[in-house]
Amino acid sequence: MAIPLLAWIGLSASGAISESFLPSPQAVWSAGLEMARSGDLLRDLSATAQRVLLGFGLAVLVSVPLGIVMGSFRAGAALFEPVIGLLRYLPASAFIPLLIIWLGLGEPSKVALLFVGTVFFNTLMTADVVRIVPRSLLDVSYTLGASRGEVLRKVVVPHSLPGIIDAIRVNAAAAFNFVVVAELVNSTEGLGYRIVRAQRFLQTDRIFAVLIVIGLAGVTLDVALRLLRSRVGRWAA
Amino acid sequence: MTRVLELRNLTKDFEGRGRTVRALDGINLRLSRGEFVCVVGASGSGKSTLLSMIAGLMTATGGEITLDGEPVTGPGPDRGLVPQAGTLYPWRTVERNVAFGLELLPLDTAERAQRVDWYLAETGLSDLRKSLPRQLSGGQQQRVAIARALACEPDVLLLDEPLGALDVQTKEDMQVFIRQVWQDTGATVLMVTHDVEEAVFLGERVVVLASEPGRVIAEVPVELPDDRELGIKRVSAFLALRARIEDLIRAERRTAVDDATEQSA
Repeated sequence: MAIPLLAWIGLSASGAISESFLPSPQAVWSAGLEMARSGDLLRDLSATAQRVLLGFGLAVLVSVPLGIVMGSFRAGAALFEPVIGLLRYLPASAFIPLLIIWLGLGEPSKVALLFVGTVFFNTLMTADVVRIVPRSLLDVSYTLGASRGEVLRKVVVPHSLPGIIDAIRVNAAAAFNFVVVAELVNSTEGLGYRIVRAQRFLQTDRIFAVLIVIGLAGVTLDVALRLLRSRVGRWAA
Repeated sequence: MTRVLELRNLTKDFEGRGRTVRALDGINLRLSRGEFVCVVGASGSGKSTLLSMIAGLMTATGGEITLDGEPVTGPGPDRGLVPQAGTLYPWRTVERNVAFGLELLPLDTAERAQRVDWYLAETGLSDLRKSLPRQLSGGQQQRVAIARALACEPDVLLLDEPLGALDVQTKEDMQVFIRQVWQDTGATVLMVTHDVEEAVFLGERVVVLASEPGRVIAEVPVELPDDRELGIKRVSAFLALRARIEDLIRAERRTAVDDATEQSA
């Protein structure tokens, strides 16, 4: 953390690089402060957070049950795996034009991009986590009188939960990528939009400030998921 | 005596790479209520396959398994299974592991708690009830697995080399423990092991399996006092019984080797 920060301070203080390419930390700080005071930053941040929550949230809601079905039942894997295995290699950004034609320029196409960008990976990763539940654990559960549904609910899901949260953590980072991409295209608010706007006026200090905010928001989400993971997965530690 | 478990002409074939391998061939076995029977045999005798079929986790190719006269069609809490190791629910505490099967039965909370308490006390786990499996030793983990299976009060308890992964000292302690639990609960136990000494110490009867295909070559009654301590392993009657069973297994192996050399000659 400290080394790149010091390098930045040193480099901008030396005057070797023009202020409009590499703003000084002080300039970035005051640009950030100014945006925060005007209320823009908070509005952008909440717009972005809402998109992540909605788009990635939907992806989690769909991918976790789907992944559990794929990981637990051979028929489920046979049905979905080939399609999802192929779809995940299509770059989500390439869907933007199509999504705009289908859903228009507004919110739905942005949420859809986040969804498309994360749902396939999260499904496959969930299925992999479910597949590593030991056979012997399932067998013993059947001998204790559990039905298929009870084994799924009382054995497969709790055993997989820490791994599922790990998958969500990895894909949350991807969700952050896609939300900014979505906002670069056509929007009136959001952190990505703020970057495009600042670029138009060559306000590199603002771009830097927004990048830092995006980074901090991502780290916050990651820390929250890590805490959840260590609470849920205490037994595995 | 009433028969609990009965195997009639039980046969199991495995298909693989275009050929059929017979794992078990015409097994006949009867267990009466409250009996402790040990099955010994070398690897390849299909002992674990036998237990899996009784547990209902595997279907037989031929023959029949009945429990109290009813044919076995699938797994159920009337046959408790304890495998070698690593079958506890790692996210559940000891008491909640023991309660797993009971949660699936139509019992009220008070009765469930009472049963869990009783089996925890019987297996000496009361102090560890709030521990997670990873905090337990191998022997303690197997105690939990036994308590969990017994808590459903099965008609027959199936032990599949339950002490196979333990060190020698723990293993002997656990042998004493298993006999004690059997005597206290009056459970019907069928245990599979490759350890002849263990089989003689624990069982009232030892069934000897030959390998490839697995089949019964002898049923040896263990005529030793019911009140057994580890010291009995040095008594001549014990040693004679053990030698007799080991000779049976050895002789069988030699015939198998002779057959093989004859065929290749």
